[in-house]
Amino acid sequence: MHPVLTLVIQRLALGLLLLFAASILIFVGTEILPGDVAQAVLGQTATEQALANMRAQMGLDQPAVVRYFQWLGGALQGDFGVALSNGRDIADSISRRLGNTMFLASVAAVVAVPLAIFLGLLAVRYRDRWPDRLISGITLTSISLPEFLLGYIIMFVFSVQLGWFPSVSNINAGMSLGQKLNAVALPAMVLTLVVLAHMMRMTRAAILNVMQSAYIETAELKGLRRFNVIARHAMPNSIAPIVNVVMLNLAYLVVGVVVIEVVFVYPGMGQYLVDHVTKRDVPVVQACGLIFASVYIGLNLVADIVSILSNPRLRHPK
Amino acid sequence: MSDSDPLLDIRNLRIEATVYAPGEVPRNAVIVDDVSLRLERGKVMGLIGESGAGKSTIGLAALAYGRGGIRLTGGDIYLNGREIRTASPRQLRRLRGREVTYVAQSAAAAFNPARRLMDQVIEATLRHELCSKAEAEKRAVELFRTLSLPDPENFGKRYPHQVSGGQLQRAMTAMALCPRPDLVIFDEPTTALDVTTQIDVLGAIKTAIRETGVAALYITHDLAVVAQVSDEIMVLRHGKMVEHGTVQQIIEAPREDYTRALISVRAIEHEEKKPTQEPLLRAEGITARYGAMADDVLSNVSVDLYAGQTLALVGESGSGKSTMARVITGLLPPRAGTITFDGKPLPPALKARSREELRQLQMIYQMADVAMNPRQTVRTIIGRPLEFYFNLRGRKRDARVQELLDAIELGEGFADRYPAELSGGQKQRVCIARALAADPKLIICDEVTSALDPLVADGILKLLLNLQAREQVAYLFITHDIATVRAIADSIAVMYQGRVQRYGTKTEVLNPPFDDYTDLLLSSVPEMKLGWLENVLATRKMESAGN
Repeated sequence: MHPVLTLVIQRLALGLLLLFAASILIFVGTEILPGDVAQAVLGQTATEQALANMRAQMGLDQPAVVRYFQWLGGALQGDFGVALSNGRDIADSISRRLGNTMFLASVAAVVAVPLAIFLGLLAVRYRDRWPDRLISGITLTSISLPEFLLGYIIMFVFSVQLGWFPSVSNINAGMSLGQKLNAVALPAMVLTLVVLAHMMRMTRAAILNVMQSAYIETAELKGLRRFNVIARHAMPNSIAPIVNVVMLNLAYLVVGVVVIEVVFVYPGMGQYLVDHVTKRDVPVVQACGLIFASVYIGLNLVADIVSILSNPRLRHPK
Repeated sequence: MSDSDPLLDIRNLRIEATVYAPGEVPRNAVIVDDVSLRLERGKVMGLIGESGAGKSTIGLAALAYGRGGIRLTGGDIYLNGREIRTASPRQLRRLRGREVTYVAQSAAAAFNPARRLMDQVIEATLRHELCSKAEAEKRAVELFRTLSLPDPENFGKRYPHQVSGGQLQRAMTAMALCPRPDLVIFDEPTTALDVTTQIDVLGAIKTAIRETGVAALYITHDLAVVAQVSDEIMVLRHGKMVEHGTVQQIIEAPREDYTRALISVRAIEHEEKKPTQEPLLRAEGITARYGAMADDVLSNVSVDLYAGQTLALVGESGSGKSTMARVITGLLPPRAGTITFDGKPLPPALKARSREELRQLQMIYQMADVAMNPRQTVRTIIGRPLEFYFNLRGRKRDARVQELLDAIELGEGFADRYPAELSGGQKQRVCIARALAADPKLIICDEVTSALDPLVADGILKLLLNLQAREQVAYLFITHDIATVRAIADSIAVMYQGRVQRYGTKTEVLNPPFDDYTDLLLSSVPEMKLGWLENVLATRKMESAGN
């Protein structure tokens, strides 16, 4: 078997194992909280008998291990149970909101990733000169501001003052792509600014790291333009660290958007999670936790595999 | 520009650099001072000198390029009649990779690991829009053929890590010749190669130069090598020109003392000593491999070393000679075989050896700089084995350190220096003193002169011979360099692919009748004679045709 295939299969297996471990943590974490779902539904004043009846009805009288596997089995088939607060099917509510979150994340990613890498290349090209300092300064400022503040500043400028985009990012299935893009423009802009600095600085550092190599000198002595030397000769050798940071930031775009969704009242996973945490709706919290964990592990798995594939020694063994 | 103009005309070149010495304010240093040279079209000039002579710096100046903080501060560099030292980056880009190209010492590092060889070989040609991609590829394949690369049609499809070091070096030559430049700078192109590979690459480079009619600056520290490929030679020292002349004049009638010293290097006379009764070290049937590797790195190696004598283990990279040192020192316990030291069996593993056994067996390494703690003074470095093995402290220890410093011909004041304040040769001397401090019966010397300039290496070899005569210490001398072996060995084991190919006294091993490998190895060592390369290659061709 091709050695790369072996490595990739190993990584996939490890990813699955990690996901399994994460699911145990999520389940145990919610399990050790004081009180249980029956208590949450019936409230503090419920009688012992009522609680016992409720537990029997919901299957909560079973041992934790049994309940874990029931929950995991359901989750694997896309059944997360029903939300306690409103009795709706969780999978149903999530799928719509997950779609929205993914849409916002993708819009931000499509802008942020190429922009970050390009700015990184530019910073290397003009290293220690004003373009490098300007890029570093702006991206560092944007990452230093708390994202909710950044959100309100951008909202004030582009929505209140200029009136270009709506301040509330409401989207629904009936809108065209253009309308949707218009709606998510501001939150996507904030997210881009938040993730840009990290990716750009990693690109810069990773490329500078290989700029000392002898083959960079070879390329320069061929009379190539400086930007071509960086993009064609340095960049292909720094893919692995760049991809790792890019994937961490993509994961953040999906998992870490809670604050932004609340600021822009965007109907995504973050809003949904926050709503149900305040209502102590444990099944929803578990479902969200598991989905976030899968996204995180999945994207990091992609980063690992891309890193492996970017190594010519592994792709083309002797 | 007329045809009578030289291709490259360097006048009064001055090159400076900012030096950052540890603990000092950065200062300006003159790297090259007042060097002038003229190179006609189609001619090859050899630049020769020791490290720090400025030869690579001058080579790169022909591309108007300065490595790191190096600045071309004075003089004129005319290439094809145009001054290039003060040319703009844009003008330089048009000239580099088109009129003048560069072949680096380590092709393994100079090729981009992430891209196919063909893309890199034709890149300059395409970038300068000299011809179409198909034509460039066709030319590259022709060059691969001229340079005797295997399967020239498909060679370019491979990645750098998929071909050998010698092949990469030839591919780099193809890369330099592909855009049909007027001038190629060869910067030590064969130094990193084994001798048997070096001779092939050297032959290929010479053929390619002859067939393309390109002019070249050939930079090397090895006079015997440069004599094979050049028309004229310039000898450099400390950034200044020492002597310039035709190859014949330089090697047959050198005018300057320094040139004479470079030519007579490695002419140490050493009378071999005969084996005595009992060997000090006897290795029998050593077979060893690393970790879970499938193949043995050493198989059935048996050698003897007598007290106060030198056994040279000679071979190319990968022949297993350093592994043998690891087995003897106990770092790599063998899978089979025994080692007897001073009549007693030596435990195979380092941990099982007593302090006394450790004391009697010391080691000196190739890279003296990394074999010493940079934050310890010479006194601490040499004093440590005195404390560890003999429990010497205070004044007694210091007195012994001074004795050892005298023994290695370093005078007063060196005890309080740090390794960074020593030259390469001085560092290696301190390492020798540290080994001697343990008063060992055997010192393993692993390529101890390979990283040093020839004249400095000569000094180290003479010192080792003197110490041997005085202290009766035995050396196991690991090297790839036949000249070093001639200078120091009493007996020789030629290693090839983990086996002892040939073993005996120096006279036996270095004289015919030879086995095929030893013959190949010995005949590949460059000799300081005009036409040596052609003769050897022609003889080999005839022999292979005869078979």
